[in-house]
Amino acid sequence: MPLYQARVLVSLRPSVLDPAGEATRAAAARLGVDGVRRLRIGKAVDLELEAPDRATAQAQLEQLSDRLFANPVIENWQLEISESAEGQQP
Amino acid sequence: MTVGVVVFPGSNCDRDVRWALEGCLGLTTRFLWHEDRDLAGLDAVVIPGGFSYGDYLRCGAIARFAPLLEGVRDFAERGGPVLGICNGFQVLTEMGLLPGALTRNAKLHFLCEPTMLTVHPGACQWLGGYAEGETIQLPIAHGEGRYHCDPALLDQLAGDGQIVLRYADNPNGSVGDVAGLSNRAGNVLGLMPHPERACDALTGGIDGARLLSSVGTV
Repeated sequence: MPLYQARVLVSLRPSVLDPAGEATRAAAARLGVDGVRRLRIGKAVDLELEAPDRATAQAQLEQLSDRLFANPVIENWQLEISESAEGQQP
Repeated sequence: MTVGVVVFPGSNCDRDVRWALEGCLGLTTRFLWHEDRDLAGLDAVVIPGGFSYGDYLRCGAIARFAPLLEGVRDFAERGGPVLGICNGFQVLTEMGLLPGALTRNAKLHFLCEPTMLTVHPGACQWLGGYAEGETIQLPIAHGEGRYHCDPALLDQLAGDGQIVLRYADNPNGSVGDVAGLSNRAGNVLGLMPHPERACDALTGGIDGARLLSSVGTV
């Protein structure tokens, strides 16, 4: 079965305060970099998924992103299927 | 009268809740392991505080998929009283039994201190022992207790009387000073403060006792 490589980027919605991002921005200034105007911290989920075809992989990845990796109340997500290594499975 | 107390890997207030319910209030409890499914014979369920599954991914995000919580959802939807304290509140929002989400405290500090709360019991079964507008003191202990929802939902929750506990002096940046939320039916309550740590006069107040003992009357 084909193996799909994906990355899901999860970020806080713009309307949600990001205290960790703000603290990191303050630290950037202490490092001597004063020009940081905006800094938001999210997370990346890298995964490999076996699925019969790309459409199924896409649907399953969207389900995972929306119902597990991100909480849509406070977070947005973005899906990249970066590489398809079809036919590599024994 | 038997109260189920949910135990996840990483729960750390389960024994406090048992002590408060049994030792202070004379009720009977049964621990419910996260892989169990049997809720037969229970009159209420408490999801206690802690760090379920290490709070990996997000607080409460993994717990939501525990086999036990399928039963808890059915129990709540049939009108059974369910109480989520701290991490338990986070789990209830992740499950969608309560709206909104709990995020990192505005000033990043883990807050462990007494807080003053205003109670607006409305239809909430768990708060029947309190007067409208009463001020009580309960301790908080959390790093991610800042309640968030969009302004339209906040207005709706306020209008429906679901914001049943508000901070008198908002410690964590929660919108609307939300410290505790009820579902519309009034049988599900989630709150960040710890009522189980306020049931014994020797350890700092008994304002939580009426909340936990309400399971004897609902």
